[in-house]
Amino acid sequence: MSNTKISIESLYKIFGKNPQSVLPLVQDGMSKQDLLEQHGHVLGLKDINIDIPDRSITVIMGLSGSGKSTLIRHINRLIEPTAGRMIVDGDDVLAMTKKELIQFRRYKSSMVFQKFGLHVHRTVAGNVAYGLTMQGMPLKKAKAQSHKWLERVGLAGFEGHFPSQLSGGMQQRVGLARALATDAEILLMDEAFSALDPLIRTDMQDVLLDLQTELHKTIVFITHDLDEALRIGDKIAVLRDGAVIQQGDPQDIIMQPADDYIFDFVKDINRGRVLKVKTIMDVGVSVDGPDIPADMVLEEALQIAASSGTRAGNVVNRENQIVGSINLDQIVAGLARPADVSTKEGMYR
Amino acid sequence: MDFWTGKIPAWALQFPDMGRTELRDFKKAIDAGFRTFSRAFGEDIENFFHPLLQFLVWFEKLLLATPWPIIILVVAGLAWLGARSVGIVVGAILSFLAIGYFGMWKDTMSTLAIISVATIVCISLGIPLGIWMAKSDRVQAIVTPILDVMQTIPAFVYLIPVVMLLGIGKVPGLISVCIYAMPPIVRLTSLGIRLVDKEALEAADAFGASYRQRLFGVQIPLALPNIFAGVNQTIMMALAMVVIASMIGVAGLGVPVLRAISNQYLALGMMNGLAIVALAIIFDRVSQSYGKRLQRHRQGINHE
Ligand SMILES: Nc1ncnc2c1ncn2[C@@H]1O[C@H](COP(=O)(O)OP(=O)(O)O)[C@@H](O)[C@H]1O
Ligand SMILES: [Mg+2]
Repeated sequence: MSNTKISIESLYKIFGKNPQSVLPLVQDGMSKQDLLEQHGHVLGLKDINIDIPDRSITVIMGLSGSGKSTLIRHINRLIEPTAGRMIVDGDDVLAMTKKELIQFRRYKSSMVFQKFGLHVHRTVAGNVAYGLTMQGMPLKKAKAQSHKWLERVGLAGFEGHFPSQLSGGMQQRVGLARALATDAEILLMDEAFSALDPLIRTDMQDVLLDLQTELHKTIVFITHDLDEALRIGDKIAVLRDGAVIQQGDPQDIIMQPADDYIFDFVKDINRGRVLKVKTIMDVGVSVDGPDIPADMVLEEALQIAASSGTRAGNVVNRENQIVGSINLDQIVAGLARPADVSTKEGMYR
Repeated sequence: MDFWTGKIPAWALQFPDMGRTELRDFKKAIDAGFRTFSRAFGEDIENFFHPLLQFLVWFEKLLLATPWPIIILVVAGLAWLGARSVGIVVGAILSFLAIGYFGMWKDTMSTLAIISVATIVCISLGIPLGIWMAKSDRVQAIVTPILDVMQTIPAFVYLIPVVMLLGIGKVPGLISVCIYAMPPIVRLTSLGIRLVDKEALEAADAFGASYRQRLFGVQIPLALPNIFAGVNQTIMMALAMVVIASMIGVAGLGVPVLRAISNQYLALGMMNGLAIVALAIIFDRVSQSYGKRLQRHRQGINHE
């Protein structure tokens, strides 16, 4: 497991006239609805504790209004907290002075927005250069550098265009290039692909995953879409009414949804394309049969089983060592409705 | 009066006002107070505005002393820079030729001088005030009603204290024009900045923009079309005040109009009135098409 890059500790956010006055009530467990009806304050975030690992993609998921945007804006402090700490590389962002915060935003983190947040009065190159100019680089030099990132996101040649001349997908590529250009280690993405058509969204996910294999940033990615979360997330945290109700390995969340809210999210996904062999195998046991990689999804494992004519196979890790076995019955059970799966706790890992 | 007699109590028919003598004393006290104030501070205030007066006088002299072909060339050049339209440039040249031909050149130069200086004053006070108003809801709550009063109070009413304080002349005229013409630039600056896309602003913050970088790099450029509409309206309103300003001693196209009113000179009044209209149209077309060009990138039209 990699190191923790960002550690969110007991973070609270209450919107309203006098948040501090109602904070104790929230800490004692008052619900979002009661707080609004009895005290006229909106509960944004409630006792958030998340460790975000270095060099991987952490997805924060939840329905609209669950507090995702509020949470991600605390990481670079676009929103001031009511209580709590946001430790990045050992420093509490929420305790920084104005100057330190500006330095943090210029060098340590960058952000991609849902509606792109481009500056319509700047050219594409000007937008991508923006973060670099904030770091103090002369505009000319920054624009020259932006070329490299535009190429990386597939927009070479569009330097002189204005954002309004581009399609939504292209605009978000500019947004992504702008965020990458500053070389910040932390990339914050607030529903960055939600405004795009499904096909273009998948394209952008590919672009991001492709870049990540090379850049290894610490990415915090917000989405309301479970398929997207499963596709790109190394870790998932689920928010509801401003509180984290489950977090961890995506496979765990599918196999053991913490409550009905999450169950509703996971019940309709295509399990064959998401669940991995290692999640449902018998640990340690070896059998007579073909080798199946541990990270393979069930659908592909089924393919191997069917074409080899056997009912079982050995599960191997990246070093080709046998770590367990899996048979057709288990795969079929894994593909079945979640209600069946969640009761078979013995099979889990 | 006896329409209601007997049907309604007497006290409801006669408003309980404060009484003739009391009212007279009340008004007298206010007048006396203001007179004392203006006697005490009038000179200081005059001194305060002296540099402005000097600038105005200098600019007017400059316009009057410059040979007319040069003025026309400069006007045409500015119109071209602003509008990039041959039609507007030709229109401006023809208007100025006609103005000169009908003997209104000098008055037009005087009017141009006061309008330009008033516009400069309005912009340099109005834009910072508008920025401040956009930033703070409290300032907005205080300034908005003041702007409403400035815009709706009849000009003749605020001429009285201005004249009591500063007498008759260019400076009180300039101040009156500015009181009337400043509200639009303040309002539209504030509105423009408040309308700036929230995510574009968040992006500036997220990449570590300082307050100034945010203001000059994002807020003002994105608000520019609105700010420009404000400048345009301010110029229009300043022109509308030309006649009233001439009542308190401002030279220009308003003076012959006043003479025409009191002597029933139809042609004189019409000609000078039309000259004001011509100036207004030239200013309006040039500044509007300049504003539109500023906005081009929003509609996805290629720059140059
Ligand atoms: N500035 C604000 N003032 C009051 N309530 C707010 C404010 N910003 C967000 N909220 C509330 O906080 C909750 C979470 O909002 P948000 O973080 O935008 O949710 P999400 O991004 O998950 O859709 C919502 O109930 C929203 O109404
Ligand atoms: Mg949101």
